[in-house]
Amino acid sequence: MIVLKERFVMYFRCTFPPATPALEFAAVMPVISLTVNGNPVTVDVEARALLSRVLRDQLDLTGTHVGCDTSQCGACVVHVDGKPVKSCTMLAVQADGENITTIEGLAKDGKLHPMQEAFRENHGLQCGFCTPGMIMTAVALADENPELDEMSVRKGLEGNLCRCTGYQNIIHAVLDGAKAMRS
Amino acid sequence: MYDFTYHRPETLADAEKMFADADDGQYIAGGQTMVPVMKQRLAMPSDIIDLERISDLKGISRDGNVLSIGAMTTHAEVAGSGDVAKAIPALARLADDIGDPAVRNRGTLGGSIANNDPAADYPAALVGLGATIHTTSREIPADDFFTGLFETALEEGEVIVKVSIPVPDKAGYVKFPQPASRFALVGVFVAQIGDSVRVAATGAGPCVFRVEAMEKALEKDFSASALKGISVPGEGLNNDIHASADYRASLISTLARRAVAAAE
Repeated sequence: MIVLKERFVMYFRCTFPPATPALEFAAVMPVISLTVNGNPVTVDVEARALLSRVLRDQLDLTGTHVGCDTSQCGACVVHVDGKPVKSCTMLAVQADGENITTIEGLAKDGKLHPMQEAFRENHGLQCGFCTPGMIMTAVALADENPELDEMSVRKGLEGNLCRCTGYQNIIHAVLDGAKAMRS
Repeated sequence: MYDFTYHRPETLADAEKMFADADDGQYIAGGQTMVPVMKQRLAMPSDIIDLERISDLKGISRDGNVLSIGAMTTHAEVAGSGDVAKAIPALARLADDIGDPAVRNRGTLGGSIANNDPAADYPAALVGLGATIHTTSREIPADDFFTGLFETALEEGEVIVKVSIPVPDKAGYVKFPQPASRFALVGVFVAQIGDSVRVAATGAGPCVFRVEAMEKALEKDFSASALKGISVPGEGLNNDIHASADYRASLISTLARRAVAAAE
């Protein structure tokens, strides 16, 4: 086993680890079956493939964005069994048998989900890159908390970064969207 | 990240066998540290053994004055548990302030303490409460479990099954979160159990540690004012771009007083 402690120290000092030979690919590629936005899907994946990569590159669901790829920005948030998770920090093989919802799964019959509509109405975005993750986090937040207030929305969005416009209109959108989801 | 063979055992016995059979095996719990570490190529295990489907590792229960939490219980589950909120509200709040909601839905208590990040919250709680860590082969007091920077008393292949935590009379935890990561720049956990008081600081040094001078003062008088004038030397504490060692030392005193004031 590589001595993790030394590697961690290297990480914190931002030095690159020494070159190591690539391992051979695992002999058998895992096959996973999952439900994505209500549709059963079976797909061959590399064991090391991230859920975000499989959704985007193998299932063509490019609404799930990869922003930082380091678990911090939240652009890649999807629901796994109804709970928001960062799909860049979960292996696709770990989603085997799970029920996944992505941003593409929210609108029904050509009609935006109330939270999507609230982001549009409140101008809760500028460039829109963070929006899929913001909305997936917000939908779960509203589902779990019947009485949302501004502070609970701010705390609930701690794992989602917007780098253009600040958060004021996003907060307005989440509060409005939560209200619309209840009615 | 480098490729590996993935295993998803359903029993602890299978997990241990898979680990023993692997060239360079690695257990994965919630993966909120392990996946980023592999992405950075800081680790390149030949086999990943996922503990998620092992039901023996999950769940929260209370038996008299002991709260037990399975190793694969997520932070969100601890934060949302009625048993935890009733027995040790400070622990429920601690779990609710780890990372962000998405991280809390994947990250686990067992994963956090096995990793022993110097700025993680759970080590402060387990040392502060005098918890016991139960593994596949033995029981380890929290005081002996956290041994250094990212180091624990765990042996190769040993798996954390659960932790058992004595329910305190009062406990409080206050952290100064690093604004970007939400890890503790410093966090202090204070607990009173009978005549005994424990004070544990995380984020300040290479590994969680107890502050005995504060414990003695609080055993005589469990109040924030009892801590007046007690400080921890900055020597040996973490010193980085986020905070100097002296600032961290100062935070220990401030946060300990706040933790005592918040204790319930």
